Amino acid sequence: MSNPVIKCENVFKIFGSNAEKMLQDSNGNVDAKTFQENGCIVGVNNASFEVAKGEMLVVMGLSGSGKSTLLRCISRLTDATGGKIFIEGQDLLELNNKQLIDLRRNKMGMVFQSFALLPHKTVVENIAFPLQIKGIEIEDSIAKAMDMVKLVGLEGRENYFPRELSGGQQQRVGIARSLAVEPDIWFLDEPFSALDPLIRKEMQDEFLRLQEKLQKTIMFITHDFDEALKLADRIAIMKDGIIEQLDTPANIVLNPATEYVRKFTEEVPREKVLLIEDVMDKSDTKDLSELKVSKDETIENVAEKILSQDKSVAVIDNDNKIIGSINPTKIINTVFGGRKNNN
Amino acid sequence: MEFIKKYPKVFQWLFLLLIFFGLCFAIEVPETYKFIRGQAEFVKDPNQNFYIFLGKEVRYYPFDVFWRLPPLLGWLPIWINDSLFFLMNEWLPMEFWNEDTQSYKTRPLVLQITREVTSIMTFLIELIRDILLGGLKTIVAFTSWDFVGSNSWAKMPGLPWTIVAAGAAILAYQLSGKGLALFAGLVMVYISIFGQWKPSMQTLSFILVAAPLSFVFGLGLGIAAFKNKRVEKALYPILLVMQTMPQYAVLVPALVLFGVGDHAAVIITMIVAVPPMILLTLLGLRAVPPEVIEAGRMSGCNNWQLMFKVLIPTARRDILIGVNQVIMVCFSMAVISAFIGAKGLGFNLLLALNQLNIGLALEAGLCISLIAILLDKMSLAWANKQVDYFGNLTFYERNKNAIYFGIAVFIGIVLAYLGSFYFKQGFNYLFEVPHNKGISTADFWNKGVDWIFDTFFVYIKAFNTWLIVEVLQPMRALYLRMPAVATIVLVVGAGYLIGGIRSALVVCGLTLFIALSPWWDRALVTTYMATFGVIVSCIIGFTVGTLCFQNKHSTSFMLGVCDIFQTFPSFVYLIPVMMLFGITDTSVLIAVIVYATIPATRYTIEGLRSVPTALHDAATMSGVNKFQRLTKIEFPLAFPHMMLGLNQTIVFALFMVIIGAFIGTEDLGQYILKALSDKNGAGIGLTLGICVAFIGLIFDNLIRTWVDNRKKHLGIA
Ligand SMILES: Nc1ncnc2c1ncn2[C@@H]1O[C@H](COP(=O)(O)OP(=O)(O)OP(=O)(O)O)[C@@H](O)[C@H]1O
Ligand SMILES: [Mg+2]
Repeated sequence: MSNPVIKCENVFKIFGSNAEKMLQDSNGNVDAKTFQENGCIVGVNNASFEVAKGEMLVVMGLSGSGKSTLLRCISRLTDATGGKIFIEGQDLLELNNKQLIDLRRNKMGMVFQSFALLPHKTVVENIAFPLQIKGIEIEDSIAKAMDMVKLVGLEGRENYFPRELSGGQQQRVGIARSLAVEPDIWFLDEPFSALDPLIRKEMQDEFLRLQEKLQKTIMFITHDFDEALKLADRIAIMKDGIIEQLDTPANIVLNPATEYVRKFTEEVPREKVLLIEDVMDKSDTKDLSELKVSKDETIENVAEKILSQDKSVAVIDNDNKIIGSINPTKIINTVFGGRKNNN
Repeated sequence: MEFIKKYPKVFQWLFLLLIFFGLCFAIEVPETYKFIRGQAEFVKDPNQNFYIFLGKEVRYYPFDVFWRLPPLLGWLPIWINDSLFFLMNEWLPMEFWNEDTQSYKTRPLVLQITREVTSIMTFLIELIRDILLGGLKTIVAFTSWDFVGSNSWAKMPGLPWTIVAAGAAILAYQLSGKGLALFAGLVMVYISIFGQWKPSMQTLSFILVAAPLSFVFGLGLGIAAFKNKRVEKALYPILLVMQTMPQYAVLVPALVLFGVGDHAAVIITMIVAVPPMILLTLLGLRAVPPEVIEAGRMSGCNNWQLMFKVLIPTARRDILIGVNQVIMVCFSMAVISAFIGAKGLGFNLLLALNQLNIGLALEAGLCISLIAILLDKMSLAWANKQVDYFGNLTFYERNKNAIYFGIAVFIGIVLAYLGSFYFKQGFNYLFEVPHNKGISTADFWNKGVDWIFDTFFVYIKAFNTWLIVEVLQPMRALYLRMPAVATIVLVVGAGYLIGGIRSALVVCGLTLFIALSPWWDRALVTTYMATFGVIVSCIIGFTVGTLCFQNKHSTSFMLGVCDIFQTFPSFVYLIPVMMLFGITDTSVLIAVIVYATIPATRYTIEGLRSVPTALHDAATMSGVNKFQRLTKIEFPLAFPHMMLGLNQTIVFALFMVIIGAFIGTEDLGQYILKALSDKNGAGIGLTLGICVAFIGLIFDNLIRTWVDNRKKHLGIA
């Protein structure tokens, strides 16, 4: 990660009138309880991480754990109380108002949990809004917005008002609006939470399709572990403002850093998270069955094939080279064993 | 003991009342005390004491401090007067260029500013009047009288009434649809046929100037208050006082600053109409969801774009409701401003009432009411209209209404032109029906009134006498019998019991201001009339509201009736009561009752309606009957909202009592009316207005605090 797109160093966000002084006095050791006794609420507590270009970081955590606040700090909708945030190497907190507006107009897009559409504008006008704010001619902006309307599959409804759309349709407008300026960085705050399961799945698929095409740097907030697994390159788990662990899905499940993370991931179906690579035996490459599986498959996808074998199965990399093996009993142990221990 | 522990509040209240009555009986009425009629306190009398403060001499009749506090604030009105005079005539003289004499002239700054503002206002009003009615003034403003005199063509022709009527109908159609369009057309035709065209258009031109200006200022200040906490804090007390300040009282200082006439009325109207606009702007902007604001920010809006492209359009409805309020306030001010010489319907009404020509007054009043309803419905329709998308309409569809209006203008001009041949001699009725040359029903109404008087005189008189002798006089005497200290203890105690130390302090401050002014007795009379009105109004409103609530149709019917009655300027209510009861306190009180019953009824219904239907169903399922449901569930839950209604009822009642001075009452309003015709009345008028506002605010504070606590308690905040 030589050139991270987003980089946070010891970011704090504390709400309250004398937050700054309290943070200074605490020397970077913020304890939520003592702060609360003094009338301050800790939103984000000492967050440091980087997001690489084209990476999708999913942020998870219980309600009130500071996910939205973290996102707001990085988009500078609120000013962080302490720490540094860099966007493509630029210190975000150093930017003046005009530079910030430029950054938002050209680099950033955001999708909101409650859609946040402008009620007095039609679908296409809503999508064209950021373009028009940028100063693009009305006609050009509408033409561009129409492309976006097609991208999210709302053709024929471009002249509807938000009040005339369903939740899923409104969220598509929100997504299209955030994409209209072709941002490099894309923030999504629980974009699918307000949708019913069917539409949610449909939107997730569509989202993946879009991301494949657009390859943006993404921070994505969700409550739903399935959603996180489906989308994430890496997952950050937050509790009381602290990032408890930030790692690949597999590592989070296999090696939880704290008790909280372990509890949090306890119910996660391992077969969906873990790749063959994560559980294979590197040393043992003798006496294998005919079957070969790629190291990048999830267990879920190949479990049935492996379980039909008596002997261990060969694991190959992208160049078809055998790099390890996996025994059917190992599959059974990982899928069911982990959970048995906890019960 | 058990009882006290169980109901500590009840015990505290009883204790407070005990102290109050104890004080009442303990403090004797001084022998020299009498209610001062007329303006005796300005007469020099050897029995008076006097003190000098800030160089102002204040004279007063001394009493035991427990009985009446000395008027320690008596210097305030005189001081306000002198300060105003100083500001206007002496402060900061500067050189100003005079266009007419082509030379510099020295003038105090404030005087110059007021002159400038006056001339702008006058110009605007006259411009619109010239457009609506025809005239020379606008052209004169750009050229000179000589020019107009020598060029007979230099005259604005004015719009024929047919065009204005068609315009109103088309506008109503665009805003709402056929129903309102028909109503608008009929109202305009009615106005014209009954010969009220000219005064109506004068009133309308007044509103067309005052309302947009009030809107702009209100919106601007509302935005400023939204963006800056300090501005909001500074505006808040003014907004609060203006809510309970009788519109009447604001007129007085305007006289000093701007003289008499339409321009002064417009300026003062703005002072009254801006506060509700500020409040609704603030409310609307606050209600914009934070995520929408953030979405705007993330779209890269700068502050200006955020305000005008995101916040204001999103708050559109609340802001337009503010416009509705502004228009209604402007309209009622347009009527009341007749007192400071504004032309229009109000002026005719005032004249007719002064001559006791009830028929004429009734006609003008009806006209006023119709226009009020029309303006209200149209502005509400605008607020509730949702934006439509015009993208793929044809040119004709998009500009349909403009085209219709163009056609209407053309037809109207042709008709007026033809009319000038047809009605060669007299008036061109297709152009304008002159004042009092239309159909008049005044004689009919006057005869009717005479008939009522001849037939029912005995009964009305008997009722009148009974009410005055048996109810009003004793009640008034009781109020005046309260020693000042007892009253203050009662009010402050109530404040403490309801809202703790904070409420007690606020209420204490407000009461002390009135007690230390020279008009405590008057304030007591105002309060007694308002109390009587409020009690009767509440009983009626509560009963009517509850009964109407039993049925869906009657509920919406009653709310509609309230809507309509609420739009009438308060002044209009004086007409029918004067018709029946002549010039007595009874008339005023009945007007007060009618007027104040509106909010009482409305809030009762709304309160009952706000009870969640889930509770309703739950109650029904647990087997209560209708009556039990009403007393056990609906009333307790609706009660806080009904108390807010009481608050409104009090404000309405106070306004009406003050306006009742026109009929002749002996309260604060009488002095306000007097101040209107007094050169040195500004300070008195303003201080009196503040006194009335404070009476309102005392109740407002107590009731609101109580309601907030109660709602929190019930979990419906
Ligand atoms: N403007 C604010 N003022 C004070 N406290 C705030 C403010 N905004 C958020 N908080 C507090 O910061 C904490 C984190 O809030 P945040 O909105 O980031 O939670 P979240 O993880 O997004 O929760 P959710 O999943 O419910 O959206 C909460 O305790 C919240 O009460
Ligand atoms: Mg959130």
